[in-house]
Amino acid sequence: MAKSKKQRTTPVAPVQAADPLATLRPQLITGGKTPADVTRDICAPLDHSPGALWWSAFSVSMTALIVGTIAVTYQIATGIGTWGLNRTVGWAFDITNFVFWVGIGHAGTLISAVLFLFRQKWRTSVNRSAEAMTLIAVVCAGLFPVIHMGRPWLAFWMFPYPNTRGSLWVNFKSPLLWDVFAISTYLLISAVFWYVGLIPDLATIRDKSKPGWRRRITGFFSLGWNGSARTWHRYETVYMLLAGLATPLVFSVHTIVSMDFATAMIPGWHTTIFPPYFVAGAIFSGLAMVLTLMLIARKVMHLEDYITVLHIEAMCKLMLSMGCIVGLAYGTEFFIAAYSGNPYEQFVFLNRALGPFSWAYWTMVSCNVLIPQLLWLRSLRRNFAFVFLISIVVNIGMWFERFVIIVTSLHRDFLPSSWASYVPTIVEVATLVGSFGLFFSCFLLFCRFMPVIAMAEVKGVLKSPQRDLKHDSARGDAA
Amino acid sequence: MSDRRLLASFDCEEDLLAATTLLNSKGYRIVDAFTPYAVHGLDHAMGLKPSRLTWVCFVCGMVGALGMLWFEYWIGAISWPIDVGGKPWNSLPSNVPVAFETAVLLAGFGSVFALLGVSRLYPGKKVQPVLERVTDDRFVLVLDEADARFDMSQVEAMLKPFNLAALEERVVTTEGLQR
Repeated sequence: MAKSKKQRTTPVAPVQAADPLATLRPQLITGGKTPADVTRDICAPLDHSPGALWWSAFSVSMTALIVGTIAVTYQIATGIGTWGLNRTVGWAFDITNFVFWVGIGHAGTLISAVLFLFRQKWRTSVNRSAEAMTLIAVVCAGLFPVIHMGRPWLAFWMFPYPNTRGSLWVNFKSPLLWDVFAISTYLLISAVFWYVGLIPDLATIRDKSKPGWRRRITGFFSLGWNGSARTWHRYETVYMLLAGLATPLVFSVHTIVSMDFATAMIPGWHTTIFPPYFVAGAIFSGLAMVLTLMLIARKVMHLEDYITVLHIEAMCKLMLSMGCIVGLAYGTEFFIAAYSGNPYEQFVFLNRALGPFSWAYWTMVSCNVLIPQLLWLRSLRRNFAFVFLISIVVNIGMWFERFVIIVTSLHRDFLPSSWASYVPTIVEVATLVGSFGLFFSCFLLFCRFMPVIAMAEVKGVLKSPQRDLKHDSARGDAA
Repeated sequence: MSDRRLLASFDCEEDLLAATTLLNSKGYRIVDAFTPYAVHGLDHAMGLKPSRLTWVCFVCGMVGALGMLWFEYWIGAISWPIDVGGKPWNSLPSNVPVAFETAVLLAGFGSVFALLGVSRLYPGKKVQPVLERVTDDRFVLVLDEADARFDMSQVEAMLKPFNLAALEERVVTTEGLQR
């Protein structure tokens, strides 16, 4: 070292270049927050009545929800003849919405479970709201098959219980039944995962609140949590187990959803690519929805220090990679159709790209594959207005993907004399609008009454990497 | 174990971790620690064994999977056999998805309920935190003053370098640690 110093002619090599700290990652949470600041910032919205922005968003969502409720009431009272379905297109809008909403949920589990297993610390700022999004989205999804039954009060017939008809059991060889179990398990496990993550934060709110209803409620649901290290030790084990269980679960759920189609004989559905294709699409659309919600929540709830450009960029990169997988799947489908030599399969795909629903197909391709390629540019990933726009575009594109898969595969089947078209009725559109109303109303209520950021997790990633390293070198075990 | 406890409070996790490691190596009895978030490495510092809750998860998962496989077999092959697409009565591949979902469901619920049971957490449980700020930003180490040779001034001198925020003695009662 001394030799090289002598040889140096100019006093370059600034301190930063030699400083190992300079190469570390930037801090996740900005604003130099302490744990006490985190508690104060995240609990603050609970103390104040929400601003005008929240109220206007909530009234719009409630209006949409009311429109949807009227539509659902009407179609249940009248029958599902109020839909635009016909003998050829027996599945359309309703199932599209179902698959769309299940898919939205998947990004929540990706962020809370998969990224936990991969030790991605940035997830801590978004996992709470992403999990809430999962829960609400799965509830929205579950409504559609129940509505489709026509007699939703008999929905319990889907479960195998001893009955007076034999007992006549449900058909365990049908993917539709697998779906019942997959969606119910997914809803329950997501709810448990979310609640377990919430317990320490509820205790924090309990200890911060003055005696009153909030202290009583959080005291009841925080289960007597006292921050004991012994409990934390077990808690961390169980959290890891839940993450480990939720990861294969989330893949199984959309795999099974895709089997609703893939096990049918319809050309365009009957393909082995469906499970990975659907899972990638689900996570893609979910990430877009997480981005939409986070960018709104960041502004409305003043979380600029917690959801930073770093978080948005990380999610954009994930979304871009998922979008590319989805693009690859679109290409593979066409290749396999051409390569299979099956004329029905070939016809379906040509009909998708060039037939009467080609507008939907090309909307899907441009929204999901072409436009998201702009995310390769760093400056655009860091432009929040642009990212918000992209997230909306992807949401639209992914809704159309399900519409294209379902309707274009059905509307021109094996027999040209039975070919038909499909146009949704106002009742179906109103139901979709209503599901968005339900989703956003619930999410806004969650933002208002719950800690939107997992305080106990964010506090754990607060310490700057610099402090970590200094601490390590003080102990003498730094690299 | 005596009924006297020494509570040492710290402002950051590094101090708590280092103090715990030191006291544990010197043979002091660490009763517990209270932290606002999961401090990684604290279990090793305190000398806690890995949790056995993983076994609960495994057993519940197996019960879910095997129980559901048996139930599907019983329904499809014994109780009311129905020919579905010419598949065998006991078609194992088509029974796997639901068995998997049930395994995940039972494993998840089993682990969580076991956690709540072992840690004695239940809805509405009354709790008096050792320190109000322990769920906010304080880290508290609880020592047992069991040993006759337990020297308060010695412990205080040992903890000083770790930016000790406060030190206080408590007595164990039926209502928790009282001043």
